[in-house]
Amino acid sequence: MEIPILSVSELNRKIKSLLEFEFELIYVEGEISNYHHHQSSGHVYFDLKDERSKIKCAFFRSQQQGMDFKLEDGQKVLVVGSISVYEPRGEYQILVMSVSPKGIGALLIAFEQLKKTLEAEGLFRVEHKRKLPFLPGRIGVVTSLGGAVIHDITMTLDRRFPNYRLLIRPASVQGDDAKFEICQAIDELNKVEDVEVIILARGGGSLEDLWPFNTEEVARAIYNSRIPVISAIGHEVDYSISDFVADLRAPTPSAAAEIVLPNKSEIESQIQHLISRLINAMKLNESVSRKHLESIINRSLLRRPQLLTTDMKMGIDLLNDRLNDAIKKYDLNYREKCMDLGSRLKNLNPREVLSRGYSIARRLKDGKILIDSSEVNPGDSINITLYRGDIVCEVSKKEQITRGTDHGRD
Amino acid sequence: MEEIKFEEALSRLETIVNDLEKGGLTLEESLKKFEEGIKLSDYCVKKLEEVEKKIEILSNGEIKPAAQGEGPPVS
Repeated sequence: MEIPILSVSELNRKIKSLLEFEFELIYVEGEISNYHHHQSSGHVYFDLKDERSKIKCAFFRSQQQGMDFKLEDGQKVLVVGSISVYEPRGEYQILVMSVSPKGIGALLIAFEQLKKTLEAEGLFRVEHKRKLPFLPGRIGVVTSLGGAVIHDITMTLDRRFPNYRLLIRPASVQGDDAKFEICQAIDELNKVEDVEVIILARGGGSLEDLWPFNTEEVARAIYNSRIPVISAIGHEVDYSISDFVADLRAPTPSAAAEIVLPNKSEIESQIQHLISRLINAMKLNESVSRKHLESIINRSLLRRPQLLTTDMKMGIDLLNDRLNDAIKKYDLNYREKCMDLGSRLKNLNPREVLSRGYSIARRLKDGKILIDSSEVNPGDSINITLYRGDIVCEVSKKEQITRGTDHGRD
Repeated sequence: MEEIKFEEALSRLETIVNDLEKGGLTLEESLKKFEEGIKLSDYCVKKLEEVEKKIEILSNGEIKPAAQGEGPPVS
């Protein structure tokens, strides 16, 4: 059999068709070296190597859409692509379709499997979610002291609710031991009195960095926590198993701080608003009641004048005492906040009835309010309370009432 | 009163205000509600100030104040 003599071009063309047919779709693991990003075209070139060998790779800009991490020398990656031969030079390379960090595929699978298992077991069920306290006395935080997390949390709390109580239980949040430390931290905070909520927090990172929060150990520690747990892991786009088990997921550690305590000034103005509504409503009620009372008094005045004093005693003294008590009991500090509250409360005073010309007569010696002329004798001193001021008088003469309850005029 | 939770006090206060605004109460009843409302608002305001700012670290089972100075401790 005669061996054909090929031109270089023919040879390269044959090699090209062979290789490109054979290696149309390949998955290759290796380490990146000689990384080069071509500024004007946006194409990326690098070598993929292992201990003994290397191969050139071309990663064109059109393929780079959806890349969620940065390539760099030394990175171990999984490359998906095809072999391409450049005929004019007899060179071959990998045309890269996608690159992902090595091991990520396995992690994603593990994540999905664990999620499925725990979900089937009921760990994510809504009925297991505990209600977060509205105003937690002490806030527990599990995180690393190294990162910006504590800073982010305290900054947010300072802004929204400056008098808070934070108990940090440091734990490493990355690496093989992290899951054990996190579990221990959750358990320990559960034993501290008046910790009412726990924030489990970590700053952003790769899936591998966040991995401790995707372990069964941490998931169960959260589930078994007596205290409600807020999970705040990574950035907004990151979801971890701990997010699903926790009583609440916060998109970031700062967001957790916003959730854990309300905005104090908002609450304060809410209370203030309620107080002013309370006072206005009371004023209205009081004046309606007073009109009612006065109409009773007026009617009685015509029919049974001796009832006038009884009604007045009940109406005026009783209401007066109660209102005075209410004013007294009212916290002075808060009155400063509601500037004119004191004067508004005073306006409610039913003594205003006196401004209409009614008065209260008391026996001077014992202060007994007089409702019947038989209670005094000529020569006794009595005190009469008017709208403004009191008068002390002496009884010169008294008259028995002839118009009684039994035979009132009509 | 001491046992009641902040949010319960706040919602009770809201109910009282609504009741008073609705009217139709005797003066005796409205005074009673008014007093309770004042007490509740007082309680809520106190509750908001109850906690003093404190950042502490739990380590080796002991609670210690976080490092002095601005911001959180840095390891």
